[in-house]
Amino acid sequence: MRRIEAGSGAWFRLTTAAAAVTIALTACGSTGGSTGSTAAPPPTANLAPLTTIGPGEGQLNLIAWEGYTDTSWAKPFTAATGCKVNAKYAGSSDEMVTLMAGGGGGQWDMVSASGDADLRLIYGGDVRPMNPDLIPDFGDFQTYFKSPPYNTIGGIHYGISLQWGPNVLLYSTKKFPVKPTSWSVIYDPANKGLVTVPDNPIQIADAALYLMSTQKNLGITDPYELTQKQFDAAIVLLKQQRLLVKKYWALAGDEISLFQSGDVVVGAAWPYQTNTLQAAKAPVADTIPVEGATGWGDTWMLATNAPHPNCAYLWTKWVSTPTVQAEQALFFGETPVNTKACAKMEALSAGSCAQYHADAPGSYFDTIKFWKTPIATCNDGSKNCIPYSQWQTAWTTVTA
Amino acid sequence: MSVESAERPRKVVGAASLQSFLWRRPWLRASLLLLPPLGWFVLIYLAALALLLVTAFWRINDFTTQIEQVWNLDNFRIILLDPTYRLIIGRTVGIAALVTVTDAILAFPFAYFMARVASRRIQTLLFAAVLLPLWASYIARVYSWILILNHSGLLNWSLQSIGLPPANIGYTYTAMWIVFSYIWLPFMIIPTYAAMERVPESLMEAAADLGARRWRAVRDVVLPLALPGVVAGSIFTFSLTLGDYITPILVGGAGSTFIGNVVYSNVGIANNVPFAAALATVPVAIMALYLLGARRLGAFEAL
Repeated sequence: MRRIEAGSGAWFRLTTAAAAVTIALTACGSTGGSTGSTAAPPPTANLAPLTTIGPGEGQLNLIAWEGYTDTSWAKPFTAATGCKVNAKYAGSSDEMVTLMAGGGGGQWDMVSASGDADLRLIYGGDVRPMNPDLIPDFGDFQTYFKSPPYNTIGGIHYGISLQWGPNVLLYSTKKFPVKPTSWSVIYDPANKGLVTVPDNPIQIADAALYLMSTQKNLGITDPYELTQKQFDAAIVLLKQQRLLVKKYWALAGDEISLFQSGDVVVGAAWPYQTNTLQAAKAPVADTIPVEGATGWGDTWMLATNAPHPNCAYLWTKWVSTPTVQAEQALFFGETPVNTKACAKMEALSAGSCAQYHADAPGSYFDTIKFWKTPIATCNDGSKNCIPYSQWQTAWTTVTA
Repeated sequence: MSVESAERPRKVVGAASLQSFLWRRPWLRASLLLLPPLGWFVLIYLAALALLLVTAFWRINDFTTQIEQVWNLDNFRIILLDPTYRLIIGRTVGIAALVTVTDAILAFPFAYFMARVASRRIQTLLFAAVLLPLWASYIARVYSWILILNHSGLLNWSLQSIGLPPANIGYTYTAMWIVFSYIWLPFMIIPTYAAMERVPESLMEAAADLGARRWRAVRDVVLPLALPGVVAGSIFTFSLTLGDYITPILVGGAGSTFIGNVVYSNVGIANNVPFAAALATVPVAIMALYLLGARRLGAFEAL
């Protein structure tokens, strides 16, 4: 989800990363009553996916995060399949949604969407179901990523998972000789002026996650599905945190320099920042505290009117192989979904498999709450949840 | 032949009569000359502003986030009543005013030296020095300030070298104030300089003849005459700060949101264009008032 080092586009991407304005989504929810279920199925739910992969069409048009079609694995792909990869790099999840919706239907084949954009694409009818049986490596995927709730609805796969990463607690080992075990350190007045968190409305979910274990009476079960009362509690917590925050970071590079200069000693981060800082010999480490963490997962999704579906499936097959999964993971500091990629990562960089949690047991994923679009329809079908537009407004009042 | 000779003189007469027609009506000449740029201005600039204003009175559907053309004042009500937006507007205007005053104080002696003391050669050199920073990109100049002001930056390093405690002004209002004042200073110096250069030397001599010492002459002669230049410069420093949203992101700390940042996030993230439009009318209104005041102080004659 984050080609942070890329610079220019990164700020947009980040601030809009969780930007999930739920276009058709909530509209679908409102008509849900007629079907008797919680929400109407996505518009493309009944489109049958391919059952066999035919010969490639020679071209493949992708919307991707910058570098997701790096030549080190795109070139061998073209050589092997004859599909020429034409990539358009998007700067934000919003841009991806806009490009897909405005592509006239027949321009793009696939998009490497992040969890916060997925539901918008699915309910917007911009992507269609995919057949995981055509992806041989699918069986080796971490169980969680075979059907994560952000890309699989009612058992139908609207894409094939690619890579993921957790949002970790980054801390200075000088200031914290003993590893902090709780997110409480970023809400603790003792660290006034030494905290940094992302400038992103999805940060409300991080507060909700913390409240899940510290204020059990609120009854939060999913940090992306908050009732007004739960939402208000998260906002109160964030407004208290606001007094401790040195800076809300927009760019991964900003957070890195904040830690390097010693302006902050603790904050919410991605493994990318930890790796970059550690590579620069900065005294930092990261951890996933006892409360768990939020995270993001990217998915290759197939456009509804993809002009080159065979090449699209060939590409998905290709990027799911252990070798390419490992290459991409190390290239970006993210974690492959294919469990077989672990050995390949070790071969490329010793210790990297455990460092990125690529060998994590299934239980590990219970501790990670992956980004998904907050929508008005809660899991139980009621419409009491706070939709994303209100998350954004509330975030403005928190950080103002 | 007869046809040709009959037609040719008539053409000449036609052209000449058009010329004299226009000559006799200077207003028509002026309007024909001004029409293309004016039409452009009206179409592109005023139409866009009008559209902005109109959008501000619409709203988005909470569920579909599509714009609904339902006339209402909700956006303005939120801006006026929600303390968050009052705080943001107050902060933006406050820092813009502070930056303007700072730049005026810094620019005045500098411009005075340039216009009235320095030799021709030094004057050219100083002029180049004032404009030099504008050659570097805005972002690069702001980032260089981060390197100076952050915790282990040049400032604290220097302070510690001479045995002083570190100043933690990185990522604060102070940092924004310093960076804004630095970035917009040339826009204050140049109009101030231009206004001072226009003060005739004879007035200074007259003041001296009447017994005014140099300071008195500066205060009673140069300052009032250069004031329109300072006000003209303040239009730049004030409006540029008012509309900025990059410096708050880069050097501001927690709670450094400007009007521009809220507009940006409402358009880019929440897709709430009507609210963004409503908020964007705030700086337009503030600048309209400011320009009215500036005109009364004669700033437009100094531009």
